[in-house]
Amino acid sequence: MDLEGKKIIVHDMCLRDGMHPKQHQITVEQMVTVAKAMDSSGIPLIEVTHGDGLGGASVNYGFPAASDEEYLRAVCKEMNHAKVSALLLPGIGTVDHLHMAVDCGVSTIRVATHCTEADVSEQHIKEATKIKNLDTVGFLMMAHMIPAEDLVVQLKLMEDFGANCVYITDSAGYMLPDDVTERVQLARAELNPATEIGFHGHHNLAMGIANSLAAVDAGASRIDGSLAGLGAGAGNTPLEVFIAVCERMGVETGVDLFEAMDIAEDLIVPLMDDMVRVDRDSLTLGYAGVYSSFLLFAKRSAEKYNLSSRDILVELGRRHTVGGQEDMIEDLALDMARERGTI
Amino acid sequence: MSKNKIKAAIIGPGNIGTDLLIKAKRSDLIDPVWMVGVLPDSPGLARAADMGLHTTADGVNGMLQAMKKDEVKICFDATSAYAHQENSRLVNEQGAVMIDLTPAAIGPFCVPPVNLASAVSEKAMNVNLVSCGGQATIPLVAAVSRIQSVSYAEIVATVSSRSAGPGTRKNIDEFTRTTAKGLEIVGGASAGKAIIVINPAEPPLIMRDTIHCLTVDKPEQDKISESIHQMIKEVKKYVPGYNLKNGPVFDGNRVSIYMEVEGLGDFLPKYAGNLDIMTAAGLRTAELYAEEILAGRFSP
Repeated sequence: MDLEGKKIIVHDMCLRDGMHPKQHQITVEQMVTVAKAMDSSGIPLIEVTHGDGLGGASVNYGFPAASDEEYLRAVCKEMNHAKVSALLLPGIGTVDHLHMAVDCGVSTIRVATHCTEADVSEQHIKEATKIKNLDTVGFLMMAHMIPAEDLVVQLKLMEDFGANCVYITDSAGYMLPDDVTERVQLARAELNPATEIGFHGHHNLAMGIANSLAAVDAGASRIDGSLAGLGAGAGNTPLEVFIAVCERMGVETGVDLFEAMDIAEDLIVPLMDDMVRVDRDSLTLGYAGVYSSFLLFAKRSAEKYNLSSRDILVELGRRHTVGGQEDMIEDLALDMARERGTI
Repeated sequence: MSKNKIKAAIIGPGNIGTDLLIKAKRSDLIDPVWMVGVLPDSPGLARAADMGLHTTADGVNGMLQAMKKDEVKICFDATSAYAHQENSRLVNEQGAVMIDLTPAAIGPFCVPPVNLASAVSEKAMNVNLVSCGGQATIPLVAAVSRIQSVSYAEIVATVSSRSAGPGTRKNIDEFTRTTAKGLEIVGGASAGKAIIVINPAEPPLIMRDTIHCLTVDKPEQDKISESIHQMIKEVKKYVPGYNLKNGPVFDGNRVSIYMEVEGLGDFLPKYAGNLDIMTAAGLRTAELYAEEILAGRFSP
């Protein structure tokens, strides 16, 4: 693979996807400390939001330590070079949240839908394109669930609504490098050449780095990851590792590798409640194609109703659950527990 | 035609309007006589004509002249929030009550087992049915809040991709905002939040609804459970497929209820309980108005 001379934007997820393993309890002070260190290391883009996006504060997904507005205001004003992004899932957050985030100083808004449902993003993407200089990204989750041809139809919808960048998102960490290559290549061939393509990986099958390289090779120019991999499931593509690999391969990220390593080791790892890594449950997510943030919900329900979390996750995969259906987990666990006589 | 029925018009001959028509044809109190559309080649208008209704493809204007002569006293709007305001004004002028199945929400919210009687006794000329998620969940929030104070109610409605129409998709924020407001105003929660998830699985999943209530004081489990079961019985009277899947689960001050809503399968498929509960609630509302009109207590 020859990637020499390519330039990419790496986008850190610790302060958004990383909210999942932290049960959304990262404090404002912690966010500011981490974001300032990332800013000085040269990371160009940092996502800051509730794990389930703007407006995600809920019984269903978890109430955070502070509001999206508090996090965003505190982080945005401390940035010297880095830009800040916010995630928005239509059905959870609204255009009111979008305007709030812009008012706080975000430069990027990412509108996320399930991979077959891009049309629900029309309202939000169109609203975002009315705001001057707002980097507007369409983000198709669980992209492993449909063939490349169908995925591109959905990506094109987001492009038509006005997104200047579209993402292929492996929310379940299920994809293998060839799956990524096929999807990114076809998207690159079919989309407007000016539209950027991004890839968001999860490390559930330990494919984060390999998949991200496949994406860059096929024409992606934005890669999501998180320092020390702090993210849902087995985490996101570990960003400091990816940066090191990029350096070896001659891909320009503009990030200081040693500073990135130090942030991962000195700031992010100590934040973790439990080690974010490939273990029996997170591996099951990747193997069964399950939305990564279901992990802790399945663990909790398994404990409460005397079940195996792996069994719950496998069943969630079999039922083709999609992102946002966290409420299904306790419901399903109750069904399983009744069937098995564990309650 | 029985003299003991009130004549009605359906505006919008799409899937919802047609399902409503089939339900209304079975009613002892409502006689659907007009179907109003805007496209001359609409299959919905053709179906309505086959069933013996007057039809027009000229919108509400195509029916106005005939409304008084045909004694139309109740209209259902199954078009869009955008068109609703004008539709409502026009039919109100002709002395007909408007039942709004769109998210326009210019009239008071109406969720039949909770506040239908009060909407009717206030003689409102326009009532709004909130949203599908609202119809499926607000009764249960009310079932908890009538026992003790609910500081926060949150619902998650999961609907099949096939049952989420273009109107919902183009303006999904309207669903979350309107439903949240309904949880507060009709459900009785101090604060409400609504979430909608669209799932494309095949075969399509039956509408699911999760209702979480946070009570101010420790929940009185027995009373709340009983109230919930009673309310489910009330909803089942017009939506027989309104089923408790699990719960109520009590966890600290959280009360969680897991529901499944299967439709009757009149015109819409059974999995589309989200649409069925709207048409069923619309008809239920119309029937109560009809009773008032027939008893001489209300003349719109």
